[in-house]
Amino acid sequence: MPGSTQSPDIDISVDLCGFHLPNPTVLASGILGLSHGVLARVARSGAGAVTTKSCSLRPRSGYANPTILDWGPGLINAVGLSNPGVEVMVEEIQAAKERLSPLGIPVIASIFADTIYEFGTITRFIAEAEPDILEANVSCPNLDDRYQQMFAADPYVSAQVTRRVKEQTDIPLLVKLSPNVTNIAEVAEAVAEAGADGITAINSLGPGLILNIETRRPVLAHGTGGVSGPSIRPIAVRCVHDICSAVDIPVVATGGVTTGRDVVEMLLVGATAVSIGSAVRYRGIEVFRKVCAELKDYMARYGHQDLASLRGKAVLST
Amino acid sequence: MSLPEVVRIVEVWDETRTIRTFVFDAQVPEAEPGQFVMLWLPEIDEKPFAVAQPDPLMVTVARVGPFSAALHALEVGDRVGWRGPYGVGYRLHEDRSALLVAGGYGVGPLYFLAKRAVERGIPVSVAIGARRALDLLYLERFAELGVDLVVATDDGSAGERGYVTELVAQALVAGAPLAVYACGPELMQVALHRLCREHGVPAQFSLERYMKCGFGICGQCALDDLLVCQDGPVLTGEQLEGVRDFGRWHRSATGRALPIY
Repeated sequence: MPGSTQSPDIDISVDLCGFHLPNPTVLASGILGLSHGVLARVARSGAGAVTTKSCSLRPRSGYANPTILDWGPGLINAVGLSNPGVEVMVEEIQAAKERLSPLGIPVIASIFADTIYEFGTITRFIAEAEPDILEANVSCPNLDDRYQQMFAADPYVSAQVTRRVKEQTDIPLLVKLSPNVTNIAEVAEAVAEAGADGITAINSLGPGLILNIETRRPVLAHGTGGVSGPSIRPIAVRCVHDICSAVDIPVVATGGVTTGRDVVEMLLVGATAVSIGSAVRYRGIEVFRKVCAELKDYMARYGHQDLASLRGKAVLST
Repeated sequence: MSLPEVVRIVEVWDETRTIRTFVFDAQVPEAEPGQFVMLWLPEIDEKPFAVAQPDPLMVTVARVGPFSAALHALEVGDRVGWRGPYGVGYRLHEDRSALLVAGGYGVGPLYFLAKRAVERGIPVSVAIGARRALDLLYLERFAELGVDLVVATDDGSAGERGYVTELVAQALVAGAPLAVYACGPELMQVALHRLCREHGVPAQFSLERYMKCGFGICGQCALDDLLVCQDGPVLTGEQLEGVRDFGRWHRSATGRALPIY
């Protein structure tokens, strides 16, 4: 790495769901994950794994624009889970795997469905693409009323989704949880008990609301939207801490991770890896390489040889 | 920060039957020719438009769908939101004369570029293509800049009969050190890309794709591994070399790839 003073002995690789990632940074779902060309570029930019955009059985146009805005301390989005549907995504995932597998970069396929039953259906279809890992998105905060409340609001429902997916496939499963619950550890325990191989946390916070005061209308076409980026990081760190204290399965920490320092913080509360999403806005696609360089710099400065010496080492009185 | 700012339309006029130009009570002095802004009509949609003039902000909009139809219905005093500028614009070659090639409403950003090039003392020629004389726009504005102007129409109702690319082919064989800057229908730009490669002439192309965020995170505007919103919208001939999506595929709101005709 040019411009940094790093010992080659420092090992930032991690094991996640049977895969050996060269580093702990993962492209978060919903960011740049629509097409294999861009996914390959993210891998070339230093990501240790990539997650595709959440995919449903049928194509979805999502909401009208504005769907994603930068409000300064973070982003707010209500994309509405737009995606070209599983048939197209299977091709994209296969093409992405062709390019990423030789690099040792796993492809994580994010899936969502309207019902517990349909989570099983989408799993069968997406499994054809043989993604390395699945991620069940049970925590999008932007669903219409017809979907009722998000799955992740209820430990029992989250566990049922987990079981439903696991019944259909042997592909390792991450379940992505929401911070918008009173006890996230309880949801984590339920999905771990139901057979989840890992947990991704957290999905965006909220929903939140930003008005344009001249027109007195929401800036997002959908009205409210999930809040992400640096402004939610303290909440994400607390959630990851709560989850890691409650379950033994690996946690992919996400929520405002922007610098190497933020990765260290997530490792200290017990995370195995981190997902990076909004930070692509602040630091470009090269954010993965930059974050890894910063992480290695930190480790060199404090004499850490590997991530295990940091993981779960937070000192908390509670 | 990139929340939209709501401003009023201060001037609006028809360019052709389907193309209107809007001037807003907004200043974007930092905008470079080729960059774009997102225009927002609350409760309707938000779409990218190339800056045709930065201060006050001016854009030229063709009526192609529900958003542009709604925008066209607005008059002086009506409010529109905007954010930007975004993307990478044209980078002028100081040591080559500039040949600007426009099709349709592609004249907007190229007018801004022509103005910038003239300010820098770079010789400018402009080639504009249209179906027929009635579809031509910006001719007077270019003429006021004192640049060389040639026109091609499909039916010969103005300028040469034929494609604008044929005029460019003639200019390229003339041999003076040139750089080509294009904006217009993608298939016209594909033809230009091939032509410029054959003649070893550096060229830049402004592309359009369906956009959501405008700042490089949604991936909706992907062109192979390029992001049109952030690596573009102006891409060099080298960047477009071997790009399979160029001239072939764009993406819908779902993200599905659709063929370009």
